[in-house]
Amino acid sequence: MKQTNDLPLNRRDFLKAGGALVVNFSIPALAQSTDLLQAGPPDAQQIDSWIAIHEDNTATVFIGFVELGQGASTALLQVAAEELDMSMSQIRTTGQDTHLTPNQGGTYSSSAIRVGRPQVQRAAAEARQALLAMAADQLGVPVAKLNVENGVVNAANASVTYGDLIGNRRFNLAITGNAPVKDPSTYKVVAKPMPRNDIPLKVRGEYRHIQHQRLPNMLHGRIVRPRGQGAYRDGVKVESIDTNSIAHIRGARILRQGDFIGVVAEREWDAVKAAQQLDVTWDRPRNLPGHDGQFAKMVAGPISDRVAIDEGDVSAANTAHVVSSFEGTGPYQAHVPFAPNCALADVREDGALVLCSSQDIYNTRTSVATMLGLETEQVRVQYHEGAGTFGHSCWDDAAQAAALMSQLAGRPVRVQFMRWDEHGWDTYGPAHVGKARVSADAGGKLVSYEYEGWQHHWSLVETTAQTASGIPASEWPPFPAMQLNPRTLGGMYDAPNRKLVNHHVDGLDYLKGAWLRSPLDLSFSFISEQAIDDLAWQLGMDPWQFRQQNISEYHWLGVLNAAAEAANWQPRRANTANDSRGSIVHGRGIGVGTHLASWGGAVAEIEVNTATGEVNILHLYGAIDAGLVVNTANVENQIIGQLVQTASRMLLEEITFNDTGVTSLDWSTYPIIRFDRCPEVTPVIVQRLNEPSSGAGEEVMAAAAAAIANAFFDATGRRMTMYPFTRERVLAALA
Amino acid sequence: MAELTINNATIRTTADDDTPLLYVLTDELQLLGPRFGCGLAQCGSCSVLVDGVETRACVTPVSILSGKKITTLEGIASFYAAETGQQAMTTTPLQDALIEEQALQCGYCYNGIIIKGIELLLKNPSPDDDEIRSAMRGHLCRCGTYPRIISAIHRAAEVIAAAKTTEAQSGEERA
Repeated sequence: MKQTNDLPLNRRDFLKAGGALVVNFSIPALAQSTDLLQAGPPDAQQIDSWIAIHEDNTATVFIGFVELGQGASTALLQVAAEELDMSMSQIRTTGQDTHLTPNQGGTYSSSAIRVGRPQVQRAAAEARQALLAMAADQLGVPVAKLNVENGVVNAANASVTYGDLIGNRRFNLAITGNAPVKDPSTYKVVAKPMPRNDIPLKVRGEYRHIQHQRLPNMLHGRIVRPRGQGAYRDGVKVESIDTNSIAHIRGARILRQGDFIGVVAEREWDAVKAAQQLDVTWDRPRNLPGHDGQFAKMVAGPISDRVAIDEGDVSAANTAHVVSSFEGTGPYQAHVPFAPNCALADVREDGALVLCSSQDIYNTRTSVATMLGLETEQVRVQYHEGAGTFGHSCWDDAAQAAALMSQLAGRPVRVQFMRWDEHGWDTYGPAHVGKARVSADAGGKLVSYEYEGWQHHWSLVETTAQTASGIPASEWPPFPAMQLNPRTLGGMYDAPNRKLVNHHVDGLDYLKGAWLRSPLDLSFSFISEQAIDDLAWQLGMDPWQFRQQNISEYHWLGVLNAAAEAANWQPRRANTANDSRGSIVHGRGIGVGTHLASWGGAVAEIEVNTATGEVNILHLYGAIDAGLVVNTANVENQIIGQLVQTASRMLLEEITFNDTGVTSLDWSTYPIIRFDRCPEVTPVIVQRLNEPSSGAGEEVMAAAAAAIANAFFDATGRRMTMYPFTRERVLAALA
Repeated sequence: MAELTINNATIRTTADDDTPLLYVLTDELQLLGPRFGCGLAQCGSCSVLVDGVETRACVTPVSILSGKKITTLEGIASFYAAETGQQAMTTTPLQDALIEEQALQCGYCYNGIIIKGIELLLKNPSPDDDEIRSAMRGHLCRCGTYPRIISAIHRAAEVIAAAKTTEAQSGEERA
């Protein structure tokens, strides 16, 4: 079946026209059709909100989770195909649209399969049950004597297709929750390595990312901001604009509301030039601590404390056989999708259409409606895939900017951020300071685990809303993923005494923050797992065996052992291999960690040039247990991406800033890993057919970060207290 | 007003002389292959071939491209077939291998990956690991799919070598 990422007009027309519409539909027609009566979300309790069967015996599944290149759209179709007894070639999905697709919440925190699988499974099972009842009626045969293959219901002497039973008509049935789901041991489509639907289109250059979308009669827009954000609290303050500075650029117009400035032009290059040449004087306070001073300022406070866990008595460390205290820091790191964020909007008096890459279109709809002064239902938001974003990059900011600029210009507007906008105005993964203190007895059993950490929360108000509407900067209320994570911080170990203290730093005095793939976990495990590793070393033990004897939970033990075995790990005490050639020393390390669900284990093999300070990661082995894995090829690809990105974040990535603003504004000042330094990778899946799916988009990064740090110690006998491992930091650690 | 030869077709652009080629390709011609990534020639998402040489369209003004042969992702299969003296094909061996390897995630960088990979395979049909890493170094992938791209280039090289062997054998048989 031909796949497309275009969107149908609305549900009614979609069903009327059958599947062909999905293939032929184009965005320009859609722009004319803001149909208020159709505003979603559709009722999640109705089968029709999830599944439509067409006359040609194919099906469309409506999915609220977005495709990010992680393969969710293929994997969730596998789930539906399995329960419906249809083949993958008979089944398709649409893009996400607040007039069309159910609200399953945002696509983050590895939720697409974890949350989406049971929802899609339930709806598909319900549809199959209803179809079987219809077939029994039509064929005059009891349901128990029917079987289904490829959407054809077979009795002993007769058959009927799903398409014949209900093609292009609605089920009009509520989901009861009572329809039986398949036994995993009989799965034919799920838990298999299924090729992704989007890949051939992307390779042939036929896929339309958000950057490829166009609206009729649109203007090209760019935002105008200082190069690099300052303190979140300050937003952007305009002192003056010299409008004559772009008078020579054909058709260029300045759009301003409050301190928000944008430019539009008929031609894109004219908009780009206008944004660069517009002479704006900004008020830029000198109140940031700079990247060198940030950690001291964070610890100095003010902070608000929360004891997350306090079990037993961690003062038992005072009489333990060995104690390890370790302090470390992790920098701000950026999402920086390979294509800067882009959004298109057509805002009229009575409604608005917004095309964007929001991973939570219903949430974006609310924020855009508020900014435009429209009712929520008057705004229609569609998702179109951008470049891989790995968390909350500038997609909401871009959507708001496009909507505002369309409203101000009175025409549809396409806004694309420039590279320095995306690098400089990201909501970064926040910086972290952590202190671990762990202890063990003479037999190598953990006695205590203690960790305290400092970081700020995520930023709630986007820069467009902040500057255009004067909404003051504020942070998200407390939420597990932006605080100490008790799962990665010692949760895998059997320590009888444990304490975690979270120090919340006021983020308004720092850079904007949000969730970046495996939020804070790389910093947590970088610190925590080095402390654990040090206990093993003090005890003269192999670090794998030390962990094995302190982990009893079978998922954790499973990923730890899977990674070690994949790497053919031979037990010995760290830093005893003496594997060096000239100034190049080699090392290997092991670690465990995850995000808030699933389980990750990793081994790293690295080399360190003690003369130049250059570190190269030679091989990363990463094991994930994510319960039942729907598409094993997808998850292997996810593990590969996580391992390469962890290498990049540990070796290279760091947002730099001075007292006025961010200074890492492109791929030269914020480098990421390239082909030449990319490690070999070995992905390992621990498959658990009878367990719930728990997410596999980010759960081995913490383990890999820890393994890299511990490999550095194995190679050099020194410990790194801060990442990324720049040459300067490495040489300082070796001095 | 420049005259440009793009994928063997001649077009006249109304763009100003200083306009980077990319905006003509994406806005005037509405091609889907070349795409904006940085505007600074740092990432490779906008890559095209100019007279067979990988070039960053985001910083190359149209004024210097008259008389040159521009190939985009849309024309890469025809270009590859012509350069290697083969029949017309719809996708290059590299594109087929990228699908086989299921290499992509978001796929935004793959325009440049394919353009650069084909440039490499035309110069060196059987590159080793170091040659691949060195040739591809200027192309970034934020998703971290480099390992499967490297595998796909090796796979494409094997397919190319196997086709040559078959061709040579059938040539011998004819002789």
